[in-house]
Amino acid sequence: MKKGLAYFELKQEIEEFLYQEADLLDTRKFREWLDLLAEDLVYFMPIRRNVKFGEHDERENTRQGEGISWFDEDKWTVTKRVEQILTGVHYAEEPLSRVTHMVSNVRLLDVKPSMEDPDEVTVGCRFLVFQSRVEYEHYTFIGRRTDVLRRNGDSWLIARRELILEQNVLLAKNLSILF
Amino acid sequence: MTSLPIDQLIDTQRGLISREIFVSPEFHKEELERLFSRAWLFVGHESQIPKPGDYFVSRMGDESVIMCRDAQSKVHVFLNSCRHRGMKVCRYEQGNTSLFVCPYHSWSYTTDGKLQGVPLYRALYEGTLDRSEWSLIEVPKLRIYKSTVWASWDAEAPDLMTYLGDAVDHLDQVLDCRDGRPGGSEVIGVHKWILPTNWKFAAENFLGDSYHNPSHRSVDMIGIGPSAQRGQRRDNEYAKGQHVWVGFPQGHGMHSVHMPEQFEYQPGYAQYPEVEEYFRHAFYERQRRLGNKARLLPFTGNLFPNTSWHGRQPRALCVWHPHSTTETEAWRFFLVDADAPAVVKDVSRRFYMRYSGPAGMTEQDDMENWLYATQSSKGTIARRYPFNYQMSMGAYKVDDPIPGMVSTQITDQTPRNYYRVYARYLKGESWDSLLGRDLAPLRAAAE
Ligand code: FES
Ligand SMILES: [Fe+2]
Repeated sequence: MKKGLAYFELKQEIEEFLYQEADLLDTRKFREWLDLLAEDLVYFMPIRRNVKFGEHDERENTRQGEGISWFDEDKWTVTKRVEQILTGVHYAEEPLSRVTHMVSNVRLLDVKPSMEDPDEVTVGCRFLVFQSRVEYEHYTFIGRRTDVLRRNGDSWLIARRELILEQNVLLAKNLSILF
Repeated sequence: MTSLPIDQLIDTQRGLISREIFVSPEFHKEELERLFSRAWLFVGHESQIPKPGDYFVSRMGDESVIMCRDAQSKVHVFLNSCRHRGMKVCRYEQGNTSLFVCPYHSWSYTTDGKLQGVPLYRALYEGTLDRSEWSLIEVPKLRIYKSTVWASWDAEAPDLMTYLGDAVDHLDQVLDCRDGRPGGSEVIGVHKWILPTNWKFAAENFLGDSYHNPSHRSVDMIGIGPSAQRGQRRDNEYAKGQHVWVGFPQGHGMHSVHMPEQFEYQPGYAQYPEVEEYFRHAFYERQRRLGNKARLLPFTGNLFPNTSWHGRQPRALCVWHPHSTTETEAWRFFLVDADAPAVVKDVSRRFYMRYSGPAGMTEQDDMENWLYATQSSKGTIARRYPFNYQMSMGAYKVDDPIPGMVSTQITDQTPRNYYRVYARYLKGESWDSLLGRDLAPLRAAAE
């Protein structure tokens, strides 16, 4: 991919979008956040496994569309997660956790059809999500993320989010927050 | 004998159980010493190791074990620790090998556990080290039942089937094909996660604590079941059935449903006609095959001490491994019929993921409750006050209408029974006592 001015302009725009998106979650504007998700969303977080050298490509991560992952779901399910939090009696998130989403190492991995007139952008980044819960509970989720964003007027829709969490046995009791 | 005042702390007659058993490190130590070293524990499923040389690393109590199929296709369970100086022999989760080579000094073991390679054997060990005495430590008792692999560290333990007793009727409903053919399940994935709670909160919950249903109000309100109806978190398959809470002398307990003599399929999976058709067909096939036995349907259960299940929606075995008094490593093995069509497996797995485990909208609320129940029982003052297990005292029948101590109302009888057995393990009693053989006269008296 040619990294000219158009690349950096688009990257700037995409970064801005990702930061705003994170802000909606951290300021608990969950309904507005849902509006940024495409109807055909794929929301995927595999389980990571300890495998022999040389088997990583084949076996390290569970696969989308088969078996059991942490998340392998659609917009309907993510919407249910939001609805559940908004009932006020989802005790795993009542009282609400304090959450900060950090996004860094942003790179555009693929742009279609062209850098000048992009409709679909694949963007890679790192995430660091910090959750503080009730008094003493806290969890840190760190990993790599790949999003596919689709042009939506002067903004973007998230069509695909893949979260590669750097954990094997999950070191948190719950994944009750949104990533 | 243990020095802990077990009978004082566990008073199942009055339904009072001290918080000490949930928060004191001495209990944790005694449990590992006297309970997890004797009871039958679930290790894994044959579908995880179909071929010779296949292995799956599992846990028993607080220790890592290797479940492995040797070159002759025989299944073994070994302690995952080198006989030389203790290095964890296998740190992969699953795979295929002909040899387990220890990373530390390179002793190597064959898949039947035998010590094969010892570097510089001739020069350094000849005449001293008898290799045949330094095999991987193997469980003395192993039994495969309908593809599930179980083991006990006690050479004196009774056969698994004796240990399960009549509770096996309920386990069968989890392990058998939906159309009633025996066995035939496969594991489609395993969750592993850490929860800061005492493991018994989880075991007890599955033992038949249907009283906690209100804690799941949020997920009922939004509706995440296969039919996606608001007001319920799964399809109601049990309409018109008699809910039963059953306890067994060996400590097992469950919440199952006993259907009337004539009962019809309750429509479910409304979003997926193809899947609905499959389950409807399986339902009537099962009735045809099992006859009167088909009246028993599973909900949740726990086999003593720490293997729990969800029987249908979702369908999984869960194991609660103690790390410490206040930390548990939870493993959940998700099951489907191995020969189910792809679409059925897909709809099932997606429902399982949104229902169960740390990302499951239902169980997240359980974990929150177990965590804070553990944490807020640790205090010096808190510990002076026992937990209450007085619900439905005496309200059960024996072997009516199905085997076991059967209650037709929500009850603490199953946990009272569980902790009665738990106390016996901690006191180091005989297998006759652990199996509740002395309860027979009691049962006769109740009738
Ligand atoms: S600890 Fe395994 S070879 Fe030494
Ligand atoms: Fe629950």
